[in-house]
Amino acid sequence: MSEANGNSKSKLHGLWALTNRELKKWYKAPVIFILSIVQPIIWMGLLGKAMNIGAIFSSGSFGQSLGNLVFTPKLTDMQSLQLGSFFQSLQTSIMQNTFNTTDYFSFMAVGMIAFTALFTTAFSGMSVVWDRRLGFLNKALSTPVSRGVIVFSKVLSATLRSMFQAGIIILIAIAFGLQFGASFNPLYVFGVFAIMFLICVGLSSMFIAITIRSTRIETPMAVMNLITLPLMFASNAFFPTSIMPSWLQTVATFNPMTYTTDAVRQLLINGTTDFMVVAKDFAYVGIFAVLAATIGIVLSWRYLSK
Amino acid sequence: MSEEIIKAEGLTKVFNGHLTAVDHIDFSVKSGEIFGFLGPNGAGKTTTINMLITIMKPTEGKASVLGLDIAKQNNAVRNVIGVVPQEYTADEDLTGLENIHLCADLYGIPRSVAKERAVDLLKLVELTDFKDKRVQTFSGGMRRRLELACGLINRPKVLFLDEPTLGLDVQTRTATWNYIRKMKKEYGMTLFMTTHYLEEADALCDRIAIIDHGKIVVVGAPEDLKHGLGGDSITLAIKEDEDVSGLIQKVEHVKEVRKENGGYRIKAEFGEITAPFVIEALRKKGYTVTKLSLTEPTLNEVYLEFTGKSLRDAEESGEGFAAQRMMMRRARQ
Repeated sequence: MSEANGNSKSKLHGLWALTNRELKKWYKAPVIFILSIVQPIIWMGLLGKAMNIGAIFSSGSFGQSLGNLVFTPKLTDMQSLQLGSFFQSLQTSIMQNTFNTTDYFSFMAVGMIAFTALFTTAFSGMSVVWDRRLGFLNKALSTPVSRGVIVFSKVLSATLRSMFQAGIIILIAIAFGLQFGASFNPLYVFGVFAIMFLICVGLSSMFIAITIRSTRIETPMAVMNLITLPLMFASNAFFPTSIMPSWLQTVATFNPMTYTTDAVRQLLINGTTDFMVVAKDFAYVGIFAVLAATIGIVLSWRYLSK
Repeated sequence: MSEEIIKAEGLTKVFNGHLTAVDHIDFSVKSGEIFGFLGPNGAGKTTTINMLITIMKPTEGKASVLGLDIAKQNNAVRNVIGVVPQEYTADEDLTGLENIHLCADLYGIPRSVAKERAVDLLKLVELTDFKDKRVQTFSGGMRRRLELACGLINRPKVLFLDEPTLGLDVQTRTATWNYIRKMKKEYGMTLFMTTHYLEEADALCDRIAIIDHGKIVVVGAPEDLKHGLGGDSITLAIKEDEDVSGLIQKVEHVKEVRKENGGYRIKAEFGEITAPFVIEALRKKGYTVTKLSLTEPTLNEVYLEFTGKSLRDAEESGEGFAAQRMMMRRARQ
């Protein structure tokens, strides 16, 4: 009788079961699943196409403002053509210098990948509070499953979901006209998933660590609202740090989101991929992930046993 | 193995340094019995069960389950116990069977074994036909049964039930009791349960402990406790306006006679046998009995006797109590 429950099980038993429980809520509910795919499309459409920052610098908008100017004496056709091509090259170099690519959509679409990581993992804190309120947490705590596994299953499910969404975003972005960098190699996509894994583990652990003690669903929601948008905009996801005010640059330097986005950009769209920089990005995000996960697991030991 | 499956000595839980939920309780549960904790909400029942199932650490004192210390050997305890919590913990988005499999995984039970057990358990709680339906569609009674099945997946030697019929209607409650009896018969384990329903304690438990304000006031079999009150109550009235207390007192098995509201309240053992003798004795002296009623003692009277208030009153006694309950609930979480 008891040998079936015997000693053969590892310390990690139950990890996949608990992770899959979370994932099933997602892939078995068609509406939620489809929404999680539609959401990045909407964001990309809004930020990348509708609010196309690159368009400000495009020749079209310069041409329009040129037309509004009255030159005396009137420009000859030749002069006007020269001026046009000057602005054209000016635009290209501005785009190249500020965004490291001539296409803002590509720049933003890549930022979108980190954005998804942030918003998907932000919900992991909420799911701990739900389990606590519904009594599932107590039920799980009364079984021999490790306390660390309970928390890590939340981290893992959020991570897997974000990684899947990242894949979808890359595919959609390609359909919308993502321009890969000159040195792009399809193998680099694995690098993208690797850094996504690290940042998601880090962020998700962080959100859980903050909310592990709360019994009210409002707490993680407030935390989400407080943290996510500043983390997003104080990074290079939508704007390069070079055009930020210096105080914001300092914030961005500490923000792991910056390093994630930078690594993904280096791998996917930059003309040349600097592997020293990529390695630095990985190191930074990796340290963040290990630190946050350690804190998350330590706190779970501390607070899940009352 | 010792006869005492659960043993608590001076078990105490204090929340936030001042809120004493469980106050130095001692009790032991014998092998194979159904032991019940009876008391109003907020009396410390759930806190006690939470300590025994190792999700809360005692502030003071100790307890053991199957000889394993709940604080020092908590993981070993978790392996041999089953828990049916107060709440419906089954995941609504999963099917009944998926939920059972999930529970099995938490105990590290191999899937092949879990599948076999699930078949038996689903049959036992009569959910076989619904096993592939999502729990969302289940009724309260069905969810309760699913919880019972999940609690048995690791073939526990001791099963803990926290308010097993909370929030169920009377019919479903009675049905749930039958499932619990069936489970016990099938798997032969020891049961520890909490309840604030007198009928439930009476119907299910071999022994109960009445708990009030974190302290155990009395322990015993429901029958013994009721008999301990001095037997049945006979109420009668006579036509004549005379005091016949002395006369009634002489009848065999009568323990106590009180004159109240123009009638007599008699405590007697074997009420159904004693009552005719009382009538006979009165008739012989020429008195006419106009009214007679006989009530067997209930647990409510036991409760009243030991705590000074009825359980229903304790449940409903004002806002102060409700506040205490909320505080306890919050502290527990």
